[in-house]
Amino acid sequence: MKPFTYERALSPAEAAASAARQPAARFIAGGTNLLDLMKLQIEVPPHLIDVNGLGLDGIEATSEGGLRIGALVRNTDLAADERVRRDYGVLARALLAGATGQLRNKATTAGNLLQRTRCPYFYDTAQPCNKRQPGSGCSAIGGITRQLAVIGASEACIATHPSDMAVAMRALDATVETVKADGVARHIPIAGFHRLPGETPHIETALEPGEFITAVTLPPPLGGQHFYRKVRDRASYAFALVSIAAVVQRDGTGRVALGGVAHRPWRVEAAEADLPRGAKPTMAAILDGARPTHDNAFKVTLAQRTLASVLAEAKG
Amino acid sequence: MKFDTPATTNPIDQLKVVGKPVDRIDGPLKTTGMAPYAYERHDVAPDQAYGHVLGAGIGKGRIAAMDTAVAKAAPGVLAVLTTLDMPRLEKGQMNTAFLFGGADIQHYHQAIAVVVAETFEQARDAAAMIQVRYVREPGRFDLAAEAPNAKLTSADSGEGSGAAHEERIGDFEAAFAQAPVTLDATYTTPDESHAMMEPHATIAAWEGDRLTVWTSNQMVAWGRRDLAKTLGIPAEKVRLDSPFVGGGFGGKLFLRADAVLAALGARTAGRPVKLALARPLMANNTTHRPATIQRIRIGAGRDGRITAIAHESLSGDLPDGQPETAVSQTKLLYAGANRLTAMRLAVLDLPEGNAMRAPGEAPGLMTLEVAMDEMAERLEMDPVEFRILNDTQEDPEHPGRRFSQRQLVRCLREGAERFGWNRRAAKPGGHREGRWLVGMGVAAGFRNNLVMASGARVRLDGGGGVTVETDMTDIGTGSYTIIAQTAAEMMGVPLEKVAVRLGDSSFPVSAGSGGQWGGNSSTAGVYAACMKLREAVAQRLGVNSAEASFVDGEVRAGNRVAPLGQAAGVDGLVAEDRIEYGDLAKRYQQSTFAGHFVEVGVDAATGETRVRRMLAVCAAGRILNPKSARSQVIGAMTMGVGAALMEELAVDKRHGFFVNHDLAGYEVPVHADIPHQDVVFLDEVDPISSPMKAKGVGELGICGVGAAVANAIHNATGVRVRDYPITLDKLLDRLPEVA
Repeated sequence: MKPFTYERALSPAEAAASAARQPAARFIAGGTNLLDLMKLQIEVPPHLIDVNGLGLDGIEATSEGGLRIGALVRNTDLAADERVRRDYGVLARALLAGATGQLRNKATTAGNLLQRTRCPYFYDTAQPCNKRQPGSGCSAIGGITRQLAVIGASEACIATHPSDMAVAMRALDATVETVKADGVARHIPIAGFHRLPGETPHIETALEPGEFITAVTLPPPLGGQHFYRKVRDRASYAFALVSIAAVVQRDGTGRVALGGVAHRPWRVEAAEADLPRGAKPTMAAILDGARPTHDNAFKVTLAQRTLASVLAEAKG
Repeated sequence: MKFDTPATTNPIDQLKVVGKPVDRIDGPLKTTGMAPYAYERHDVAPDQAYGHVLGAGIGKGRIAAMDTAVAKAAPGVLAVLTTLDMPRLEKGQMNTAFLFGGADIQHYHQAIAVVVAETFEQARDAAAMIQVRYVREPGRFDLAAEAPNAKLTSADSGEGSGAAHEERIGDFEAAFAQAPVTLDATYTTPDESHAMMEPHATIAAWEGDRLTVWTSNQMVAWGRRDLAKTLGIPAEKVRLDSPFVGGGFGGKLFLRADAVLAALGARTAGRPVKLALARPLMANNTTHRPATIQRIRIGAGRDGRITAIAHESLSGDLPDGQPETAVSQTKLLYAGANRLTAMRLAVLDLPEGNAMRAPGEAPGLMTLEVAMDEMAERLEMDPVEFRILNDTQEDPEHPGRRFSQRQLVRCLREGAERFGWNRRAAKPGGHREGRWLVGMGVAAGFRNNLVMASGARVRLDGGGGVTVETDMTDIGTGSYTIIAQTAAEMMGVPLEKVAVRLGDSSFPVSAGSGGQWGGNSSTAGVYAACMKLREAVAQRLGVNSAEASFVDGEVRAGNRVAPLGQAAGVDGLVAEDRIEYGDLAKRYQQSTFAGHFVEVGVDAATGETRVRRMLAVCAAGRILNPKSARSQVIGAMTMGVGAALMEELAVDKRHGFFVNHDLAGYEVPVHADIPHQDVVFLDEVDPISSPMKAKGVGELGICGVGAAVANAIHNATGVRVRDYPITLDKLLDRLPEVA
């Protein structure tokens, strides 16, 4: 861990402005990911802006009939919120499928969106990694790739995004609310929030330098049955090999987003028209263009079979 | 005390304290965080500085240059010592990889520098500032690819399972060719990590030329000897203290870089140094269970009797390493007139392979006991009955040589009864509950019982208190407690009157903790010392020791009754002895046995396997403490589930290292993976084993579990996977269609 300076921000605008002054600074909330990365010197921020004191920890109804979730709402509290459990079951289940009770007590809504990949080569500082050291190369490609992306990857990076929560939010069409360094607020649809790696895998989101997440809003409830099925090698405390967030309506229509397959939560809206026809055509469309490795080709089969299992459960 | 004839009735047989499920006496220390583990011993030496170890970033090659200028100038840094500062250090007797010194890189994360600083963070930060220029060399990182270069190699694992490079009994090939029912299958087991909770950690301090290390090591005498040898100093100048070990599983049997670099760092910095290996270093810097490729051939008559059995194993290690002795149990477990076992060793440039819980038998049974299941299927026999039919009461390689005790059949029968084996669907894939394909599996458990010489010193004080000192270690197993039980039984005092001090190299040398020999051997050493103390007590009191009984804190002989403490006098009374073994182990085969039963559910869509029930029925001699023994076995069963379903050090065959080198990447079972576990110990005393009539259980508990899980998965799904771990990707294509 490199020495760093530290401040407690008193307002979102101040946090953003402070970050703008020191472009390499990082915001810290729960710290469940950032601190580990700092210990390993994967992240070496010279300055931390502690945003825990900003409030932003409430969940309130929006005038449109949705929910506005403060950036600092802890994963545990979000999963336990009565409205979330009732109207956004996919989100509550995704949250509870992630990490452990202790980590969820600390981890925040915004921080969860900003988690960094768990690619083992990203974590080993002796290995080249374009995400950690732009331009150094990707050591994962051609290496151990069982956990890594099957779609949307590039020659520069085949990492996945590890969040469960974000997959559910993608299915729900959430919106990320931010304030930029200049104080201007903006709304970023979740679909455009996480980026594909392309040539710049170190740039993971649409956030501009210093831009600060204040809240995530959910549109009005969709109804239907909500599922979050996370498939993994052990029963708890493991990242998804494949996860499926699904909202299925009585008529068989619905929405599906995937975790564990790409650099961002993966959803192809056009493919959802196939849902009433079953898992095979739907997943074929969702994963159209997938380029898995030898080690992770099973994820394509697994995604389809998992969706089939979810749809079977929806039918009852 | 020489133990060379079978034990007769002795004071242990009273079973007033021994054999009782008493709580562990060190429990309160541990649950309150007061047990002094190596890294937390802030009080043992003043002014401790912090060390941090830098590991090599290549798998094979050498270091052309290291620039430490920036690191040395970093805040708080007291010393930077690199591997280029000294020639390659001599190896300890038990070490395969070199631990430090010189420019050559044998394996990834080999220690190449230690930074000593005022704080932990400063040391870690400065270590990252060291610039290293490597010259990479091609390495041998792929076991399968090296198979053609592997050589027949014999080994003694050092942990009790040995085997000749090749052993032939009868004419295997001819018998196999003639057998009407045969199996010829190849299985693989991966590299595995001990993944113990406490990392390797040491505090080192010098006083002149005398070195003390407070460390975490299973084998105190080995550690002391090898540290002295590595540093080139006399062993009597080294004191090693390891009273609490936060898990070892074989990973702390040997001297490792933490102790060497804490000592060198302390010498360079002129301060005591505290140092732990960071978790990411543990997979590649220390040792691991080596991967194997095993071929098993079994031939049987239509009646199910085995006529030919062959087990060949290939593993790899660094130069001068040893093979994984995965064939050893096959020499002893089943009957059959025509037999072949062979081990081949390939040279690999991966980190050092070495002992991990039940070396040899653990990976050997993962394959042999699946092969037995496959044979039973071919024979259309129940797998329990097939094993029972091929039981042997004598060493099949040396007919006439008996087992001291062998209750495998009872383990299997009683297990089947308790587990409800008769509810198993004989046809695979025949039992479905909702999403879950449900199946049951069985495997025999087998682990040899080793006996090791072990010493102890016992001191009686005027208050009738007894203190035991031995360099035995407690690696979470319960050594403190069973040693206290032994001394209490022998001296006729309640458990509270016994104090146990372990792990200090200034105490008598014990068996140490390894190869499941520790419990039986170390208590036998305490037995020997207590016998001597009883004689000394009798002599002091002027009574005949043969007539004296030690009961309720008193010595009774004829009409005389004296408080035990009376014999101690003002200065106390001390006795020291050592148990040593004759040739009983040669005359009899001493082994422990189990029947492992497992029920799994396999998600019909995703292939996720979740264990639903487990049972182990064990026959392992006298159980000294059923509570701590049960804890040992359920821990081992849990480890067996990990080996079956998830544990694998993933080898990057291009660069030569284990990629998943932390506990996020190397998955071991979590609570949610482990269901209800039952453990049953059969009544057994083994007078051939020691005066305690006990044997080991800590490794028996893992032996066979992996195969029982694998067999249950087959029973659930009809899919046979011969490559561990059995992850869902290996099942997926062969599971039932989904809509």
